[in-house]
Amino acid sequence: MNAGPRPDEFGAGERLAVSVRDLARGFGEKTVLDGINFDIRDGEFVALIGKSGSGKSTLLRALADLDDDATSSGVIRIPDNLSVLFQDSRLLPWQNVIDNITLGLRDADARDRGLAMLRDVGLAGRENAWPNELSGGEQQRVALARSLARGPSLLIADEPFGALDALTRIKMHELLFRLIAVHRPTVLLVTHDVDEALVLANRVIVMDEGRIIRDIAVDLPYPRDKTHPHFADNRRALLSALGVVTHV
Amino acid sequence: MTYEADAYSLGLAGREHRAADAPVGAVHATLCRKSRFMPGRLPRGGVLFGPIALLVIWQLASLIGILPEKLLAAPTTAVATFYDMIVEGTLAPHFFASATRAYLGLGIGVALGIALALASGLSRVGEASIDALVQIKRAVPSLALIPLAILWLGIGETMKIAIITTSVLVPVYINTHAGLRGIDLRYVELARTVGLSYREFITRVALPGALPGFFTGLRLAVTTCWTALVVLEQINTTEGVGYLMSRARDYGQTDVIVVGLAIYAVLGLTSDLTVRYFERRALSYRRVLGA
Repeated sequence: MNAGPRPDEFGAGERLAVSVRDLARGFGEKTVLDGINFDIRDGEFVALIGKSGSGKSTLLRALADLDDDATSSGVIRIPDNLSVLFQDSRLLPWQNVIDNITLGLRDADARDRGLAMLRDVGLAGRENAWPNELSGGEQQRVALARSLARGPSLLIADEPFGALDALTRIKMHELLFRLIAVHRPTVLLVTHDVDEALVLANRVIVMDEGRIIRDIAVDLPYPRDKTHPHFADNRRALLSALGVVTHV
Repeated sequence: MTYEADAYSLGLAGREHRAADAPVGAVHATLCRKSRFMPGRLPRGGVLFGPIALLVIWQLASLIGILPEKLLAAPTTAVATFYDMIVEGTLAPHFFASATRAYLGLGIGVALGIALALASGLSRVGEASIDALVQIKRAVPSLALIPLAILWLGIGETMKIAIITTSVLVPVYINTHAGLRGIDLRYVELARTVGLSYREFITRVALPGALPGFFTGLRLAVTTCWTALVVLEQINTTEGVGYLMSRARDYGQTDVIVVGLAIYAVLGLTSDLTVRYFERRALSYRRVLGA
């Protein structure tokens, strides 16, 4: 586990985007997160993987400040301008695409920035469409545009491609990678897909039963080659950390 | 009435293919809606079959004398009476008197229903003070309030409009309140993560989310506002469709009673269609087909 600096050293040395110390979360009698400590450096792309019920979504909701109902302790240091990309695109059905993208943005050039983002996600000209008119993949691209249009220094993504079909998901990986390279937010991506984590992230954190059990740096060049021997090594290491032994 | 005209005609096309013994593949290709278990879609105007059949049977029964005039006037007699009343100018004052009462009550009731629903749906104090009261009012028929209303407000127009207002308020409140309370929590989370202000949350999430419920309430309200009139217009008035009908009962004029009933039916249907028209425009985002 990455010990990292103490909270009072936050900002010293290498710039940290996120610092979490002794984080615990529970619901009623049930402890869901226990003794979570980790840091994310500025500009890192971290994937957080774990089985269902491992606490990864709870951790994400704690970071996004969406867990009023939980009993909590610990310290979270996190940038103010963070964006959340949900598993469902979560577009307001009664607002058109551009109004969804600029939701909550108050500056004068918000619309122009929104239109530019819409172009970047490959949906130029669809600004007046209703969300219901778009396919699942297109809706998720609008959600991505909404997340990035606010220029976040941290992007938190909760299995954003989990509901998409396999081909659309591959396209979304490329799109996300390209946009991250341009906008350079720090990224924390929650996923249960080991390959997705290894294709996108430069660090993978594995959770199990509310604790961090592995923290692996992925030192492979982009774009990632799934046939690279180190890719396969990492894949095997992650799968065994998740308790999966493959013979196929 | 047939606002799903496209779907109707699609269903029709499907059945025509079936009737023409088209190959199985072609039937599937034409959005066939008829299955062994579910009835097919009605063709355009098909819902009018029942009312038209009733009119025909009614007219025939009158013609051959099964249905005597003193029990129920024939449709054609009622149409003739209606025409005479229009030409003599005796219908218009009654109609406008009723419409004024109904729509004044509707306007006030809808405004009050929305205001109460917002207060109750968006604040705990509001919910604690308002919701149970409206639910109690819902259990009490508006007409049962007439004796009290007469003691408090007299027998004039104020009392009549107040009674209509209370009966209209309930469906608007119940459905708008349910719409507000039923807003998807996922959208509330979204509003938090994109940093909406409370005001922005109300205008961009809560109100649009409650709009479908409000329209359901409004559709009930536009017909409800007329129902109380028949009774109310027997109290201290000489104008109104309800008055016209109760006077016709005293004189045994079944044709005038039928005219009054027809006015209620037509008004109810047009009001409902008008609301549905605005509902479709306001909720147009729901009608688009998924890609």
